[in-house]
Amino acid sequence: MNHATEGPIDVTGQEGERLHISGLFVGFVSGLPQLFFPLFAAIFGVRKSDNPALIPIIIAAVLALSLFFRWLGWRRFRYHVGADDIRVEKGILNRTARSIPYDRIQDVSIEQKPLARMMGLSEVKFETGGGDGDDATLRFVTLEEANRLRALIRARKAGLSEAQDTAPMVETEDAETIFAMDGKRVFILGLYSFSLIIFAVLGGLAQQFDFLLPFDLWDLKRWAGLAQESGMSVNTINGVGIAGQLILAFGAFTSLIFIGFATGVVRTYLREHGFRLTQTSKGFRRQRGLLTLTDVVMPTHRVQAAVVQTGPIRKRRGWHSLKFVSLAQDSKEESNYVAAPLATLDEVWRIAQVAGIHGPYGDEQLRTGAALHWIIQLLLLVPPLLIAMAALVIFADTAFAPTLLLLLLLVFATFMFWCDWRRYRFGLDDQQLYLRRGWWQQRLTIAPQLKVQSIEIAQGPLTRRLGLASLKFGIAGGTLEMIALPLSTAQAIRSAVMEKVAAVDYSAINRSH
Amino acid sequence: MTDDTPPELSPLDPAFIITSRIATALGLLPFVVGAGVLEFAKLAPPGTFLVPVLLAYAFVAYTVPARKYRHWGYDMGTDRLRVVRGYLFYRDTIVPFGRIQHIDVDQGPIDRRYGLAKLTVHTAGNHNSTVVLPGLAHTDALAMREAIRAAIRQDVL
Repeated sequence: MNHATEGPIDVTGQEGERLHISGLFVGFVSGLPQLFFPLFAAIFGVRKSDNPALIPIIIAAVLALSLFFRWLGWRRFRYHVGADDIRVEKGILNRTARSIPYDRIQDVSIEQKPLARMMGLSEVKFETGGGDGDDATLRFVTLEEANRLRALIRARKAGLSEAQDTAPMVETEDAETIFAMDGKRVFILGLYSFSLIIFAVLGGLAQQFDFLLPFDLWDLKRWAGLAQESGMSVNTINGVGIAGQLILAFGAFTSLIFIGFATGVVRTYLREHGFRLTQTSKGFRRQRGLLTLTDVVMPTHRVQAAVVQTGPIRKRRGWHSLKFVSLAQDSKEESNYVAAPLATLDEVWRIAQVAGIHGPYGDEQLRTGAALHWIIQLLLLVPPLLIAMAALVIFADTAFAPTLLLLLLLVFATFMFWCDWRRYRFGLDDQQLYLRRGWWQQRLTIAPQLKVQSIEIAQGPLTRRLGLASLKFGIAGGTLEMIALPLSTAQAIRSAVMEKVAAVDYSAINRSH
Repeated sequence: MTDDTPPELSPLDPAFIITSRIATALGLLPFVVGAGVLEFAKLAPPGTFLVPVLLAYAFVAYTVPARKYRHWGYDMGTDRLRVVRGYLFYRDTIVPFGRIQHIDVDQGPIDRRYGLAKLTVHTAGNHNSTVVLPGLAHTDALAMREAIRAAIRQDVL
């Protein structure tokens, strides 16, 4: 069964094992719904012909064709359990040979859907930390084979790293609270979460369910009539004079503001009530929620980067939020782990410290981007604006002077770019990468260099001429892109980081200590 | 940076020019057919559709692949793979072997005729989660895969 071949295996080679032949049948039956449309189209195509016998022939032909291709696919599919890796070779015309080293396999899952189960078959999935989620699936093998594979891979993995899972996994009761939010802090966060979403929701609901209402919601005249019945009329509103109208408008405005704040506070209370972040032996543990309590544990070694965010107003009071970018394994959604929704910088750095991330030692190690980068973007806006102005004058017969207003856009853009340039900082020290960006929502991303997966220097047609480049770091669960660097700086940073990254293996850094 | 592949990089297999010419030619054939149909419909003076389309077709399917080939390059280090591509949009990517999750060697029908293969390495990053290196001699691609796999194994020990 299990040849442990040493040399390279040819892609077109006939080594390795086939899937179970009965899997063909299971795949065929579960794939039947997909054949519905081709069948329908084919039948529709021949419905005019005089020969009714064609229809069963066509059905048979489509089914046979589908079965034939499945059989071809089955014939061309091989998997091979090697000394260091699992190999899967597949494809009818396009041949793909995938090699998954044992050390990278995070999990082997065995799934049995009803039909497969009746036939004693199961689906085996090998999951790695790969970014695109599509790893390798054996569809289908017998249950014994599935269990054998799983046991084998566990044994191989255990043999590879004996010390890996010796960390005590006992829940210690004296877990240390590293961050908590009291009612007052949740309330402050609520104020910052000003939101008018309630109107969107109400509007959406009204539109969805307006047939349930006994009247037409969008009939303004009716509303005016309703107001009139209760003693108000459009004329009364018009009659209260300018001052009265102002007061009414002011009242409407204040209630809008009030509703906005109230929504923010209520939503925040529902989500963040009793926020507590503790440090357990398994990693971070976060408990929060008023009605729906959530309790999420994230192992510290899975933290790939930290994102410290703040807004223009909350920054004045020293409030920041901290999120961890993580290696999403179980769920693709939880790749951002909110560790502190509203905290002072001291608290933020204390939490980050637990994950082995520290703050920048000061602004001097952070550098500004080359202003040229923003100037070019600005200049690129000029031609379209000029064209638009010319088009207005020529085709719409506008006088020249009003079109100059379009240039105001340029002024606005200049301001935005200037703000962006002024806030933007990048840098690195011995262990970490730093990137600060955004002048309204300000974010500082900090990534340990060891967690970098790949580094790319990218240049567009214009930036290449000017000797500028951007540096893209591949990080599991997030991105980090430094822009507006001179090419030589980009190359220097890349080689410095690469020296550290290449020296340590992936499995060594994402292992629980 | 000069226009040509920097000297320290290995070029792809020259057969890549041919395979990518064939692939582009086949892929763009519908446009030529379309232009031919329009030509037959005699909507405009003869040659208005077919001539420019044919010229563009010849340029894209004949000249561009050769240019693309010149700007591809790779370097197989002891602990990292470097892939350089593109002229207008220049990309220079380095993936350390220690971060590679799994490795694919793909061969399409055209590739197989010319003994070529495409090497794809997958990482856990969101940026560049796959780094693709086409136009390798099939034996080279397999050898590179073995080297990377061996490096991963070694790292662990």
